[in-house]
Amino acid sequence: MAKLKNIEAFEQLKATLQDKSPLGGKKLISLCAGSGCGAYGTAKVHKSLKEELKKQGLQEKIEVKLTGCHGFCEKGPIMVIHPEGIFYPQIKPEHIPEVVEQTLQKGELVKSLIYKDPASKKQLIHEHDIPFYKLQKRIIFGNNGLIDPTSIEDYIAVGGYSALAKALFNMKSNEIIDEIKKSGLRGRGGGGFPTGIKWATCAKHKGTRYVICNADEGDPGAYMDRSILEGNPHSVIEGMIIGAFAIGSQDGYVYVRHEYPLAVTNLTIAIKSAREMGLLGKNILGSDFDFDIHISRGGGAFVCGESTALMASLEGRPGRPRAKYIHTVESGFKESPTNLNNVETWANVPVIITKGADWYSAIGTEHSKGTKIFSLVGKVVNTGLVEVPMGTTLREIIFDIGGGIPKKKKFKAVQTGGPSGGCIPEQFLDLSVDFDELAKVGSIMGSGGMIVMDQDTCMVDVARYFVDFLKDESCGQCNPCREGLKQMLDILTNICQGNGKEGDIEFLEEIGAMIQKFSLCGLGTSAPNPVLTSILYFRNEYEAHIRDKKCPAGICKPLFHYEIDPDACTGCTLCAKKCPQDAVAGEKKKPHVIDQKNCIKCGICYEGCKFDAIKIC
Amino acid sequence: MENKTEIDLKKIDDIIKNYDGAKEALLMIMQDISDIYNYVPPEIIPVLVKQLGVRESLIYSVATFYKTISLKPRGKYIISVCTGTACHVRGAEKIMDAIRDELGVAEGETTTDSLFTLEAVRCIGCCASGPVINVNKDTHGGLDRSSTLKVIDDYKQLAS
Repeated sequence: MAKLKNIEAFEQLKATLQDKSPLGGKKLISLCAGSGCGAYGTAKVHKSLKEELKKQGLQEKIEVKLTGCHGFCEKGPIMVIHPEGIFYPQIKPEHIPEVVEQTLQKGELVKSLIYKDPASKKQLIHEHDIPFYKLQKRIIFGNNGLIDPTSIEDYIAVGGYSALAKALFNMKSNEIIDEIKKSGLRGRGGGGFPTGIKWATCAKHKGTRYVICNADEGDPGAYMDRSILEGNPHSVIEGMIIGAFAIGSQDGYVYVRHEYPLAVTNLTIAIKSAREMGLLGKNILGSDFDFDIHISRGGGAFVCGESTALMASLEGRPGRPRAKYIHTVESGFKESPTNLNNVETWANVPVIITKGADWYSAIGTEHSKGTKIFSLVGKVVNTGLVEVPMGTTLREIIFDIGGGIPKKKKFKAVQTGGPSGGCIPEQFLDLSVDFDELAKVGSIMGSGGMIVMDQDTCMVDVARYFVDFLKDESCGQCNPCREGLKQMLDILTNICQGNGKEGDIEFLEEIGAMIQKFSLCGLGTSAPNPVLTSILYFRNEYEAHIRDKKCPAGICKPLFHYEIDPDACTGCTLCAKKCPQDAVAGEKKKPHVIDQKNCIKCGICYEGCKFDAIKIC
Repeated sequence: MENKTEIDLKKIDDIIKNYDGAKEALLMIMQDISDIYNYVPPEIIPVLVKQLGVRESLIYSVATFYKTISLKPRGKYIISVCTGTACHVRGAEKIMDAIRDELGVAEGETTTDSLFTLEAVRCIGCCASGPVINVNKDTHGGLDRSSTLKVIDDYKQLAS
């Protein structure tokens, strides 16, 4: 890889690469190798595809690309054949010979592999026709399916590093900051602070300035940052270089979770190739600007997503937050002015610089601009990563894109914002999702986790789950968080075990309010949110646990049992065969009975019954 | 448990050199050591004190603060049950119960034959295929009780 010594060399390379671009009409197979599809076996599919292409003499004519996450993780491993955009989901090695022979040789479709839309029951051939993709606006995530994340050339071919060239040679530092301010971009990590203002404040303070990318994506149920780093690491690097140039920093850090090995690998490769090309290091693209990026791996501590804790961890200490009387933009990493943004925020920067603040701010709502990537998970048909304009309603995201709730079950709530967020009930499904609207109903945007819950989810158990998580992750420095969460957990555990008593709900509210008010950092002040919102919207479930000693969702084991409805049971014997305890008995074609003494309430019979004969009592 | 780990000091030196002996890299150095031994053997701590110029208390403080570091030997296969929210609502607790029953160990413990260590991990970001577990670095998704037991069995076969 030759070093690009000036802007002309960059433009020349870009023109050469764009001729070879995947968008240029060439036959290309893109195979998702993100962590989700990888878990379903992309490596095996890739191997057989390479072998089969060779066998059928096509290896020179057709390019195969292992790309990052396409977003539709539910249907992995995903294969897309370009330029047509033919979409083959859940592809397995045994499908490959047919795909190569039918589709690649003869141009015919393999009917059995075409995606079937569960809502309309229609077969949809092209990626862009599938409701999951059609209703999205993928300005940040769109290139993931087109580029090989380990190839800097691929990124340049789709317009990558052009924003950097523009910023370095056609804009002054303050103009870049003004553009970001004008775009209305707000931090995608959780707080939603205006990015341009943060940059401007950091640039004002004297000293060695640092820029940091927060990739310690800790919210359980959120994985968009991992997928950006895995699938398009250069977009984050480019954003960081532009930010560093605007702020006046020469040193950058990416703090990434150790649990994301593929993200670390792809980011490492990306940084290395950017250095070799002269896009990182001394005199970037021949300018007088120097900047480099280092990677630091986190150690599995949720609290390190908090900026001051993250900086302590970067310095080699335990990640404990400090009180922010002085903001990190003034004194952060190594007591120097530090600008920290999260992965998705950095990935927005090149788009804004290329297309302009006016174009960007036309997307979204009055105070929340651009798009947001949500990780739509839990009890939803189309699980995956969804990028939509700010202001899209919850109903559009969960039902139109997500395809609704599986197995015809009833929607109960959606949890947004991770452990610091809240549970939003059905009555707010038409809420426009942006920073302010979510706050109005007691939740937050957070980093974009959206966990859908159905009738079988117990809200008390969910609240207990989050408090249990946060109690473990509390760094232990301040009393309200350390002791308060423990007390809340004890009460919630009692309620879930059938030992709840009158006054518990009020006590939870009281402790919650105290923790919110007096904790040291963001983890503590937001920790009671899942409990308080679930009490607000699902008080009846708490009362059922406490007064009636019942768990209506059938989750809290001491508070329910399974019974077979003799009228609905057909005696198909499926439950008796599947029961690991041999606790179901009955003759063929006659109603079965559960032996309550042996039943461990594992739910296998309940999930498996085709006649809805097993009831939660 | 009396099984002293053989330490290759050359390897430790190489790891420290990879980070230019920077004390800020303490956590990553311990993670790399864990990749070799599955834990940080206490015999290495004096080496870190000397080479990085840090206090022993800092090393213990970092090692006990972060979940990815263990000072106790762990099994050949580390089973990490994802307990992220998406897996939780899809039944992660049942998966944990199944493994606990099968191996006869509680969370954080290692089987007596040193084959398996059972751990819970907050979200590994494979939410679409939940509930999931990681066995070392391999991910197994879409699990229920019986398929989980099959995964465990496969690793038992692999080791025998």
